[in-house]
Amino acid sequence: MAAQGATASRSGLKSALPLLLPAYLWLTVAIFLPLSAMVFFSFMTELPLSGKPWAFTFGNYAAFFSQSLYLTLLWASLRLGLEVTLWCIVIGYPAAYVLAKVLKGRSREAIFLLVILPFWSNGLVRIFSWAMVLREGGILDTALNAVLPFKINIDLMYSYPAVIIGLVHSYVPYMVLTCYLTLQAIDDSLIEAGRSLGASRLQMLKRVIIPLSMPGLVAGAVLIFVPVVGSFMEPRILGGRTGTFYGTVIEDQFVAVFNWPLGAALSFILLAVVLVILALAAPMLRRAA
Amino acid sequence: MAGVQVSNVSRSFGAHKALDDVSIDFADGGFYALLGPSGSGKTTLLRQIAGFDFPDSGRIAIGGEGVERVPVEKRRIGMVFQNYALFPNMSVADNVAFGLSVRGEAKAVIASEVQRALDLVQLGKLGGRRPHQLSGGQRQRVALARAIVTKPRVLLLDEPLGALDKALRVDMQIELKRIQREIGITTIFVTHDQEEALTMSDRIGILRDGRLVQEGPPEEIYDRPKSEFAATFLGDANILRGDTTGTGIRLADGTAIAAEAGATLAAGAKASCAVRPERIRIAADAGSPDQANGNVLRGQVSKRIFAGNNSTYFVERDGQTLKVIVQNTGIDRLAEGQQVVLRWSPESTVLIAAS
Ligand SMILES: Nc1ncnc2c1ncn2[C@@H]1O[C@H](COP(=O)(O)OP(=O)(O)O)[C@@H](O)[C@H]1O
Ligand SMILES: [Mg+2]
Repeated sequence: MAAQGATASRSGLKSALPLLLPAYLWLTVAIFLPLSAMVFFSFMTELPLSGKPWAFTFGNYAAFFSQSLYLTLLWASLRLGLEVTLWCIVIGYPAAYVLAKVLKGRSREAIFLLVILPFWSNGLVRIFSWAMVLREGGILDTALNAVLPFKINIDLMYSYPAVIIGLVHSYVPYMVLTCYLTLQAIDDSLIEAGRSLGASRLQMLKRVIIPLSMPGLVAGAVLIFVPVVGSFMEPRILGGRTGTFYGTVIEDQFVAVFNWPLGAALSFILLAVVLVILALAAPMLRRAA
Repeated sequence: MAGVQVSNVSRSFGAHKALDDVSIDFADGGFYALLGPSGSGKTTLLRQIAGFDFPDSGRIAIGGEGVERVPVEKRRIGMVFQNYALFPNMSVADNVAFGLSVRGEAKAVIASEVQRALDLVQLGKLGGRRPHQLSGGQRQRVALARAIVTKPRVLLLDEPLGALDKALRVDMQIELKRIQREIGITTIFVTHDQEEALTMSDRIGILRDGRLVQEGPPEEIYDRPKSEFAATFLGDANILRGDTTGTGIRLADGTAIAAEAGATLAAGAKASCAVRPERIRIAADAGSPDQANGNVLRGQVSKRIFAGNNSTYFVERDGQTLKVIVQNTGIDRLAEGQQVVLRWSPESTVLIAAS
């Protein structure tokens, strides 16, 4: 019986191979080869393509540990990732709840479109629009001073909050979408059953709705945390001098300093750290999901 | 525990009147079936009583206390849903415990009450399972245990057995009835299955297009339907139409049909008579003269359906097909095409005003 099952699944694999081949070829060419090249570069003293003599070294990885700056920046980036993820939950989850459980029909479609809109706009355009809103004499400053009787100065530009605002705006749709999908799947009769048993709305949220939407929260958090930790565009444009993070340093190595080997090494250290964090969190996340 | 009074309740969705001036008195401790075709407003009525939805007008009282503006959380009702609505993230025991624990009961009290409720529905050993590990019938029992463990004043069930197969459904009907007797809770049970309504309930309310058509004990509705709809929806009935003579009707061909029960009508008005298929005796037409009392019609057997212990005959007469059900106490059967005489007594005949 078991042997039969094994041969059956093997022949299934064989017949599926022609179908899978294009996908594997694509993965190999588009991801695996460049990534392997980067791993290779990260152990070089010089970029082989530059024509200078090059040699094998662990120096790029050692550089990370020899300067506390890198560790400080990595720590700042992890904190940034955590903060942005939390804000995305705080903003995205209630929005997803309203979309999935409160709104119906056309109003749901309209709000949904508003949530998805950031996805459709170019990232740079999005960030520069925030720059216009947040800077002194910008839209927010002007609007508030027009309404308020006293004079205040709003200049959030080139600050940590500006970076957070820009990143949250870019990534909150992920949280809304993943949570919307899990909330949508919760049958309304479950909520009615809870209410008929005397549960308040808050009790329903805590004991039934949040536990059942955990998979969406976890998926959204992972989708947001990982790219935010390595982000460089929002920190650079909205953060200015305060916007130096681990991601901007990596970007510098590639586009400004042309020290690709160091940039590659720093990237792989980040990848390793993120993987370790996800692995440590996995049992907890799995239980929650 | 408490009775429920629904007085002149109306509820519209847009221009559609889902409930139209419905009044019913649900006696304390009774088992009540709400019966009606799909879309007749059964669920809407149950949701008004539960407090998920509020009536546009009218009053609802539970235990004499007006509740029409009290939300469901505060009504102390128990509700069983057609799709069970068990919390998939909790064990069976935690599902049953939910109502007690949101009320802040002590852990020890909760544990013993939950065990008692699970024992009552004969699932005492399955408290540790997850809902998805149970069969449909078991899930329904858990839903029932969860609804009654909080000692609600009223138990409301919306087609609770609709998703179960026939054999399991009959088991659950008996089980539900036993549990209801044991705890004596006022129970309102929505169904579109007339047999279920007849066998289980003390009283039946028949709904149609948001109106209460008739209400009373099963025997009364079966023996004395007040409308053609009630007569045909609850059980089977032959409907004969004609002009009323005061104590019956005269058919188009002049035959008089006598009725002892039903509406009192002015002579000459349009009316109909209803008679149940099993109340009619059928015999081969030997051309013998009719007896003085009793209703008699002659016709021809157009079809016979043999079902072992009984047979159903379809008899054509004057363009109408009448249905007759006969217990097969002997083996003398009538053949298709045979001329027959149908006889039944006036007391089995109900006079109904034309609708
Ligand atoms: N929330 C609602 N919005 C609009 N129409 C509704 C709503 N609930 C019920 N209805 C309508 O009211 C009528 C009665 O529905 P319902 O009480 O569910 O019938 P039943 O349970 O007897 O099948 C139906 O025509 C249905 O479409
Ligand atoms: Mg219904």
